[in-house]
Amino acid sequence: MSSLLDIQALSLGFRTEKGIAKVLDRIDLSVEPGEIVGLVGESGCGKSTLARAILGTLPEGQTEINSGHIRLDGVDMLSGGKAAEHLRGRVVTFVPQDPFASFNPLFRIGTQIQDLMRFKAPRDGKGSFGRSRKADEASAIAMLDAVQLPQPKAILDKYPHQLSGGQRQRVMIAMALLPQPRMIIADEPTTALDVTVQAQILGLLRRLAVERGVSVLFTTHDLGAAWEICDRVVVMYAGQTAEIAPREQFFGNPRHPYTRMLLDSLPAPGRDPVGIPGGVPSPLKAPHGCRFNPRCPRATDACHETRPALIAEPNGHAVACHHPWLAEAEAAHV
Amino acid sequence: MDLLKRFARDRAAFVGLSLLGLLVLAALFAPLLAPFPNDVFDFHIGNRLQPPSATAFFGTDRMGSDIFSRMLFGARITLMLAGIAVGSALIIGVPIGLIAGYYQNWVSDALMRIAEIFLAVPQIVLAIAIAQTLGPSIENVILALSLTYWPFWARLVYAETRSMRNEVFVESAVALGASPWRVVVLHILPNIASPIIVRTSIGMGATILTAATLGFLGLGAPPPTPEWGRMIAESREFLPEAWWYALAPGVAIFLTVLGFNLFGDGLRDILDPRTRRSV
Amino acid sequence: MNWLSMVANRLLWFVPTLVGLLAIVFLLSRVIPVDPAVLAAGENASPEQVQQVRERFGFDKPLPVQFVNYLRDIAQGNLGTSLFTQQPIVDDLASRLPATLELTIFAVLIAGLIGIPLGVFCGLHRNSWIDHLLRVVTVSGLAVASFWLAMQLQFLFSMKLGWLPLSGRIEGFPPETVTGLMLLDALIEGDSEMIGSAFRHIILPTLTLALPAAATVVRFTRNGVIGVINSPSVAYQTAMGLPRRLIVWKYVLRMALTATVTQLGLIFGILLAGAVVVETVFDWPGLGAYAVRSILQSDYNAVMGFTLCTGALFVLINLLVDMLQAAIDPRGAA
Repeated sequence: MSSLLDIQALSLGFRTEKGIAKVLDRIDLSVEPGEIVGLVGESGCGKSTLARAILGTLPEGQTEINSGHIRLDGVDMLSGGKAAEHLRGRVVTFVPQDPFASFNPLFRIGTQIQDLMRFKAPRDGKGSFGRSRKADEASAIAMLDAVQLPQPKAILDKYPHQLSGGQRQRVMIAMALLPQPRMIIADEPTTALDVTVQAQILGLLRRLAVERGVSVLFTTHDLGAAWEICDRVVVMYAGQTAEIAPREQFFGNPRHPYTRMLLDSLPAPGRDPVGIPGGVPSPLKAPHGCRFNPRCPRATDACHETRPALIAEPNGHAVACHHPWLAEAEAAHV
Repeated sequence: MDLLKRFARDRAAFVGLSLLGLLVLAALFAPLLAPFPNDVFDFHIGNRLQPPSATAFFGTDRMGSDIFSRMLFGARITLMLAGIAVGSALIIGVPIGLIAGYYQNWVSDALMRIAEIFLAVPQIVLAIAIAQTLGPSIENVILALSLTYWPFWARLVYAETRSMRNEVFVESAVALGASPWRVVVLHILPNIASPIIVRTSIGMGATILTAATLGFLGLGAPPPTPEWGRMIAESREFLPEAWWYALAPGVAIFLTVLGFNLFGDGLRDILDPRTRRSV
Repeated sequence: MNWLSMVANRLLWFVPTLVGLLAIVFLLSRVIPVDPAVLAAGENASPEQVQQVRERFGFDKPLPVQFVNYLRDIAQGNLGTSLFTQQPIVDDLASRLPATLELTIFAVLIAGLIGIPLGVFCGLHRNSWIDHLLRVVTVSGLAVASFWLAMQLQFLFSMKLGWLPLSGRIEGFPPETVTGLMLLDALIEGDSEMIGSAFRHIILPTLTLALPAAATVVRFTRNGVIGVINSPSVAYQTAMGLPRRLIVWKYVLRMALTATVTQLGLIFGILLAGAVVVETVFDWPGLGAYAVRSILQSDYNAVMGFTLCTGALFVLINLLVDMLQAAIDPRGAA
């Protein structure tokens, strides 16, 4: 079975006044059909840039792609051709970080959904005339109902500012599901919401995705959120892939020192949370070798000189580190 | 340092600054640069309405005076007039804006209502009315312009102060018992300086245009003051023959206003991160 | 609800604003060094005649009494008599208003029809050579003195080339007054010679008047488009693969126009101010030319009438703009 989303050795940078910011450095990532993958990392580690690269919304004229490819369903998403354009909104859809700013404030929710469906709704092979506006509206209402919005018909007549943050994000999820995609990219979908609403939205996203067999690539800086909905977790640090692991392996047996420190920074019973000293390096002056070396307690000369390759184990656990924690060491830890 | 570098890279701002530099040089060294410095007051009827030549670069006017020399002295009048008028408008407008923005009570409302009344008529209309009432003289033009333009700064400073008022560092200064005077001068004013400076540069341009219009309508300094707007008005009856008469003062007004506008635009790009243009 | 209260609030302030405006102008006109009674009575009047005039016009009463009397007269629609034309000022203003309206309406149309498409184009093709060229043109358009530009246009097109008339509204007999707008009245009469003459007369004044307004429209529309093009809502629609033409011509354009509408008040201010000068140079028999003449002749009642009329017009326009803006922006009056 081939991966639905396949990213290999992707490097890209942005031209800025102060030189080239190398935001992504040979990123590897894959998402299988029906799988929910969490892309985890601190702010500024490049996870949103990765999402934007797949979605084709990188700033024009400022982006330099140095190597690698992004294939979705076998189609090259980086070249920006017609085929990629066709997939966006149909095979892959998007749930944005800021559900307020992502609506156009001057048009009713119904209008914005209708425009999406006019171009992206599945047409069942009958051509674009096979479906009427009435049918589109019916399926929109059904989907708003599925995301548990009360009075879905009334919502179509409302303007974005008349909805609450949680309601707006539910509409966004409905819009992401309406084209019946195979994959949803959700870029920090709950960051802008109240904590009490976050869990509901995450649960909803997971349930609907699993029911429909839709893959989700979910970026977050919140490990708790990743625990709640992901099948597999990918950790990024400063534009590099640090570790990839199935959920249980990730939380139970982290191998990369960064992952460990990330987990230790969470509050847990029986110990105090430990912060990670230092900050994410500027992509303008990224450290040589492993980019985590300035903050890593296990760093040696090798870490300053060469970048560790991402080495996969048979159980699907992969880590890019010269000095990873071993499985046995787990007992010694904690 | 960083600011200076960015400024030098902004071509428009650089052009603006150069134009202003030229203007200041012309004003400062007018007596040295002018081929006929006495032509501001002297006249030579025999030489009247001569087209541009090697001796009179921009031709001569109806009194036979050298237009180029008069223009150099005109730069002095323009700069002085706009400088004092805008300075006075700042002196009136900024404190009013600060007070109205800091205390949010009926006094604020009243002050801002008064400012709005001044803004309810096009500036040129108000300036004409005031200048005419007071009688034609440079002092009265300055007075008319400052009375007309202060509400622009009052409104700007008011809006900026109000948003600053809710900033944490201002609230904490108030909570620590700093006097309103201290809070406004030490905490608020330095933080709203950028928009005031930008507005001042663009306001200079607008003021110079209005001043020239007053001069054109005969409300400015009486003749023979070499005021650019008045020079253009004088030239009207000699068109189409004396085509050069209005050309030089008109271009001078244009370049001066252009200089202030470009400089202000450039300053805004540099000082205000919200509108800063990316590469 | 929100909209109504906004309109009510504005209407409530309409009268106090005008009274305040009158107070300012009134004070200015009475604190002057010249005795208005001497002026009104004429140069050769005897002291007794001056005293008679003083009593007849009430110049001998205290200022507050004079002001209250003045307000009472205005409330009854009586702005006094022009010292110069010897006509009631209301009649003077009414007969000159259409000429100014004609000029202003044409200038707004030109500014909008030229400015909006150019602004959209520049916003979409930011930093193209056309964008740079138009930036130079708009910055220049705002820096040029309109009286000087008017004279240069007269010099070139009337005096040198002889293509267009030097000044005035029409040659020969004007058409019968129906709307007061010369071009429209000529059209109603159906006389092709009159239409041509009225059209040729209005070209230069309108162009002079429209230039700074058009420059303002271009700048605001351009910046509006740029602001929206880089907004999350456009990024979302792009990520969802919606066609570029739909995003630009439906969503971005509406947003950019809303931004431009907020500036309509400013634009009318530019036009009303410009009319004072342009009418004077082109001998256009409107309010502006009337005001300048009244001012130069120290005809104070006329000046106050004009100031009141312009102020009322300007406040009214701003009220209409606010209402329009509230109507097209569902977020309500900001």
